[in-house]
Amino acid sequence: MNWKRTLGIACVFLLISPSALAQGRISGSVKDANGAPLPGAAISVDDSRNSALTDNNGMYSINVTANQVNVTATMMGYVTARKSVSLINGSGQANFSLTEDAVALDDIVVIGYGTSNIKDLTGSVVSIKSKSFQKGSFASPEALILGKTPGVRITSNSGMPGAGSRIRIRGGSSLNASNDPLIVIDGLPADGLGLLNPSDIESFTILKDASATAIYGSRAANGVILVTTKKGKANAAFQADVTAVTSFRNVTSQVDVLSTEQFRNVIGENGTSAQQTRLATSDPDQVTDWQKEIYQTGRVMDYNVALTGGLKMPYRLGLGMYREKGVLKRSELKRYTATLNASPSFMHGKLKANTSAKIISSENFYANQGAIGTAVFYDPTRPVLSGDTAYGGYFEWTMPNGTPSALSPRNPVGLLELRDDVGYNTRALGNILFDYQPLATSALHLFMNVGGEYSYTHGNTFVPAYAAMNFNNGGEKNQYESSRTNRLIELYANYNEQISNRVHADLTGGYSFQHWSSSSPSFPSLNALGDTISPANPFPYFSENALMSFYGRGNFNISNKYLLTATLRSDGSSRFSKDARWGLFPSAALAWNMLEEDFFAGQTVFSNLKLRLGYGLTGQQDIYNDYGYIPNYNYGTATAQYQFGNNWIDILRPDAYDYNLQWEKTATTNIALDYGLLKGRINGSLDFYTKNTFDLLGVVPIPAGTNFSNRVLTNVGSMTNNGIEASVNLVLIDNSTTNFEIGFNASRNRNQITQLSLVQDTTSPGIQVGGIAGGVGNTIQIHAVGMPMYTFYSYEQIYDANGRPLERNGSLDQYSEGADVNGNGKIDDIEAYVDQNGDGLINTSDLVAWAGKTPEPRQIFGFTATFSHKRWSGGMTWRAEQGQYMYNNLSSNHGNYFEVGGSMRHLNNLVTDYLNTGFRSPQYLSSYYIQEASFIRLDNLYLSYNLGTLYKDKYASSLNISMQNALVITKYKGLDPEIAGGIDNMIYPRPRVINLQLNVSL
Amino acid sequence: MKSIKLFSLLAGAALIAASCAKDLNLSPRYGLNADAVYSNPDNYINVLAKLYAGLSVSGNQGPAGMPDIGGIDEGFSQYVRVYWNLQELPTDEALCGWNDPGVPELNTMTWNDNSSFVSAMYYRIYYQIALANEFIRYTMDEWLDGKDFTAEQVAMIKDMGAEARYLRAFSYYHALDLFGNVPFVDESDRPGVYYPEQIDRADLFKYIETELADIESLMVTARTGAYGRADLGALHALRAKLYLNAEVYTGTERYADAMADCAAIIDAGYSLEPSYEHNFFADNNSSNEFIFAATFDGQHTRTWGGTTFLVHSHMGGTMDPAYFGTTSGWQGNRATKSWYDKFSDTLDSRRLVWLDGMEDTITTVGTFTEGIGITKWRNVNRDGSAGSDPVTFVDIDFPFFRLADAYLMYAECAVRTGSNLSQGVGYFNLVRERAYGNSDHNVSSLDLPLILDERARELYSEGHRRTDLVRFGQFSGGVYLWAFKGDEQFGTSTPIHYNLYPIPSSDLISNQNLVQNPGY
Repeated sequence: MNWKRTLGIACVFLLISPSALAQGRISGSVKDANGAPLPGAAISVDDSRNSALTDNNGMYSINVTANQVNVTATMMGYVTARKSVSLINGSGQANFSLTEDAVALDDIVVIGYGTSNIKDLTGSVVSIKSKSFQKGSFASPEALILGKTPGVRITSNSGMPGAGSRIRIRGGSSLNASNDPLIVIDGLPADGLGLLNPSDIESFTILKDASATAIYGSRAANGVILVTTKKGKANAAFQADVTAVTSFRNVTSQVDVLSTEQFRNVIGENGTSAQQTRLATSDPDQVTDWQKEIYQTGRVMDYNVALTGGLKMPYRLGLGMYREKGVLKRSELKRYTATLNASPSFMHGKLKANTSAKIISSENFYANQGAIGTAVFYDPTRPVLSGDTAYGGYFEWTMPNGTPSALSPRNPVGLLELRDDVGYNTRALGNILFDYQPLATSALHLFMNVGGEYSYTHGNTFVPAYAAMNFNNGGEKNQYESSRTNRLIELYANYNEQISNRVHADLTGGYSFQHWSSSSPSFPSLNALGDTISPANPFPYFSENALMSFYGRGNFNISNKYLLTATLRSDGSSRFSKDARWGLFPSAALAWNMLEEDFFAGQTVFSNLKLRLGYGLTGQQDIYNDYGYIPNYNYGTATAQYQFGNNWIDILRPDAYDYNLQWEKTATTNIALDYGLLKGRINGSLDFYTKNTFDLLGVVPIPAGTNFSNRVLTNVGSMTNNGIEASVNLVLIDNSTTNFEIGFNASRNRNQITQLSLVQDTTSPGIQVGGIAGGVGNTIQIHAVGMPMYTFYSYEQIYDANGRPLERNGSLDQYSEGADVNGNGKIDDIEAYVDQNGDGLINTSDLVAWAGKTPEPRQIFGFTATFSHKRWSGGMTWRAEQGQYMYNNLSSNHGNYFEVGGSMRHLNNLVTDYLNTGFRSPQYLSSYYIQEASFIRLDNLYLSYNLGTLYKDKYASSLNISMQNALVITKYKGLDPEIAGGIDNMIYPRPRVINLQLNVSL
Repeated sequence: MKSIKLFSLLAGAALIAASCAKDLNLSPRYGLNADAVYSNPDNYINVLAKLYAGLSVSGNQGPAGMPDIGGIDEGFSQYVRVYWNLQELPTDEALCGWNDPGVPELNTMTWNDNSSFVSAMYYRIYYQIALANEFIRYTMDEWLDGKDFTAEQVAMIKDMGAEARYLRAFSYYHALDLFGNVPFVDESDRPGVYYPEQIDRADLFKYIETELADIESLMVTARTGAYGRADLGALHALRAKLYLNAEVYTGTERYADAMADCAAIIDAGYSLEPSYEHNFFADNNSSNEFIFAATFDGQHTRTWGGTTFLVHSHMGGTMDPAYFGTTSGWQGNRATKSWYDKFSDTLDSRRLVWLDGMEDTITTVGTFTEGIGITKWRNVNRDGSAGSDPVTFVDIDFPFFRLADAYLMYAECAVRTGSNLSQGVGYFNLVRERAYGNSDHNVSSLDLPLILDERARELYSEGHRRTDLVRFGQFSGGVYLWAFKGDEQFGTSTPIHYNLYPIPSSDLISNQNLVQNPGY
């Protein structure tokens, strides 16, 4: 990209200015209903294309060519006014008083490359404004909209400070490419939400169907989330808002493990003599609750200051400081943010520069999360501290020579206390959107959007040489560093005009170029003394990709009755060869406002009835590999050399590639009805959609010997998603003192892989995925044709009459009679697992893909209630997911006797599920561990009191108490039913949070 | 006027657009594309090193992180490790106590075409073959003609091309021995998506034979090249194996030809290492007995497979890690009593076992302390010091072929052909004399059972056992039983189709030209 040239063109673009021959002149003022001047209002006259904008005092003057003209004053958010003016001696006057368009502001939603009135939308678009957000303290913003929208599943990664979330809109449309929606922050397609300060966010707009997303073409297959930050308001006086939140976070429950007494009994009954002598005997009453030892009460201090004003130039400066002490000891996040939005105008308001800049700086103390799992199973008969000085004073399992026993777990408290990992991240992103009105008429706008993003991360880890966790290497002293960039330039134009009595056209067309890169230097791995454990790789990491696009969209409104949208986007991606690079993504949608029809005239039941039909094609190229089509050779690391004689030779390897790699495409059809009854007291929408993804990008087995791996990323199959989304909002009470509203949304999505190999074959079990902890290389899920992706895949467990799962060679006396079917005195393989193919053996051919058992829920529900009465307000958000399954990896890995340590040098505790199964050895692939994980969660609960003005009509204040993650109702046997990916191997627990918040406006 | 400005604006925008089009041609900053690699003669040795390293490391990063093949844990799929597992676990020489997918069915000879270890071996073989094919293409005249390489450089490149053909034949030999009828690709097949044809086992035998004959004149004389690289000795050893098992592969015996290749090895100047166990030490690269080995190093060549696996997986129970020059045992592999009983006395220095704390009868495969502990692979140097990484990764090289094997193969061919018998007895006794340190246990005559047992005593845990048992008709079926053969504690007869591994189901699905081996 030649940036200099681009800026040159931009200057040309800005210098085009209108000129007109004057015959007369009209002047006047534009004020609001209270008499305050309205700067920036557009004035037009119907005899010419001349137009003008009011100045900061609300004054204007405009040239006209006739003696009798109609003058129109328009301003966003106000009802347009029109006056007929007669010129006397070539001059006239028209003063306007505009009344606020009460509904308008709420009904304007941000869409791709513009805004739209909600009633003109043809696609599936949901906008969530700040007043509907969840209340509380959040390190990252996506939690604000949990449960608010049908068809959007947000699963937080864990309870770790700043952990982020996985967002899925209408399921996922890709197997191996990204399923994350595109995030656009104030017009800049960004590298995720990250730690953007939630209190700076004004609204989220979620674009779900292809007619809404196709304007983003190649990146739109998984939906688009448009984030708009808060802006200053024109004509508003200076205001400062201060918010302070303090919160308390607690772990609500622990994994159930054997009590010390149970543990002693289990070892006593089943243990070898070696194991029994390994039980701590010095103090039989010694009891350590390891899970208690590693957690603490977390705290958050969250302070935000927002300065806004707009008398000369609308601006807002948001400053935030957030400090979270996590519930896991030694985990801490500090986040500092500054967000500046300013919209200066030039050339009498004909040129606006909407400027947005954000800086987010964070310091994260990553506590050693290894302690979380280890605390579950560490021997409860052992103390935290050994009483001597070795290993920092922490008790550790050792070898006869006193060194740490290699395969034994490490003291959880030692893991936490003796490992430092501090990471620093600075992320800056911003853009300037120039909005230029070249002609007198306000119909045409030219835009240039220049933006970028830079993120830099670095950090250090340290483990002292005496710590048991890395004793053999002498500790650890490492550093890491990475950076990412993203540069954008866009040029587009918008023409928005009533082109005839019946037809209003809104046309947008443009060009965009965006470039991303990521890099990280190569560091050696060092021990605490700085000795090299493994050398730095010969080359640092660097990868880049770029996308060039041309796009156009037409919105046509015919008599407010029929709305038509057509978009077309062409994208070229550097990730594909020049022969496969360009993709074309069209969409079309039609909406019918039925109430505008004559036959509905006079009815009063409905206030809105709109039918929407849409179809479109979107693409996907986000494949984690920027060079998948190039026959590329890469050097190996310094630990992958080969010996020739006395020399160590660096290796040079070709990567597998597919020159014909191309776009994955998703065709979406959407049929929907928006409805409103009783003047909007009841409103909502109902959407049906089907998404067909084809040329699916998948990593699949290829014929052996044909490429430089056994699996290659290629366009291989197809997949469908079908679903329904419904929402209903009820305004139950709405009067001058009291308001009570409830909202309910529900959605379901069905995913099915319809083809998954280069050659269609129904005998293929599929591609095994979903690696689990325990053993090496075990997987528990499968991508199989005819099934949803990530379907659980296991042996079918057989149970005895009491519901106890049978184990091969398990002792017969623990099972009810009849468990030994063939009566040979033992439980055979085929008496423990169902022999699916009847060959008398249990092997991989007997694994079952469990139809309908996947980590994705069948239904998702959200329920919101808000009320206000005089100075009180409050609300709550419930969320439910139904029909998803979880692999209880914690139980499968730590619920069998083998895990106490076999012939190792340590003892491990077991989870109490062991008492249910009595398993002697791990049964990782038993269907017993695939458990339903439906849940209902009370995500948010708040109560707020408006203190009014504190002093002389100033200092408007409110107090707020809220609770996050208040309650979970589930049958799932593990700790938390909500884990993205459906494999529960214990995450950093999500705390229950209680917040106290004070807001003051200065 | 206005329209001119508008036009210039649009023209400008178009110009920007055009100038960006080339910005979509991005390529890796630190890598090279194929043509660039082979336009510089200095790069050839790096790619050749990768062809060899494919036997030792599992990817571009040691020990793991940038895998060559997918769908299985990197360490599990490492070439030597998975080859060893397929050759040893279904025999009397090893049982592994782990429950990981793929392990139990190897222990018990009950695998099927979905077994992850079977497909890992298969894909490792074809990974090597695909790499070799690519390299060979760039050593041919079609590529070299017109390059401004010196004659010396061209000669060097052609020598490397011969080595690559050797390595391809070496992996095709494993395909022949383990899988039989397999897809066939050579340097005429360029990378892409296509469906290779299947080749008959007998035809593949012929192909390997022809290839080895073609490159015989191009390989460097035995013991004159750099350690680690294949030479004429390696070629004779591979061909001796090919001919020795020819009857299994083609139905026609070729023992006389095998004997000729063995004789060529024996005449090449190798000598038995005076101490048997030094062949399996950290500094075994100094053994004068090795004909061809995969090299490993605790600092430079790290993997979770290879000899690191052999050392750690055999450790557990009461074994002291320091004795093995490392820090941890993985408590996996032990041998069966059936194998151990082949040692008639404790004087045999090849009897490297650990019996302390072990029960010699195995009732549960998962219990490491049942079975015969093996201490053959130790990461210590002859001077007693530990290897270069005393923590995890070992220095021991893995011998595919060594002189003692050639002696025993010669003796077997002598018995089977009835020719050069006294010479065969002599070579056999050289192996015995090294084992006992004296000639007291020499034999005066040979028979086939004695040779098979001697191979078990000399070559155990080196990846020969399955091939040997198949050749002697004792692998599948019920002639010879050992613990957990056929998934019975004391062993049971197994169907004969287990003499070959199945073509993995994933390749049958990807390539419909393939037909599964009988019985699967």
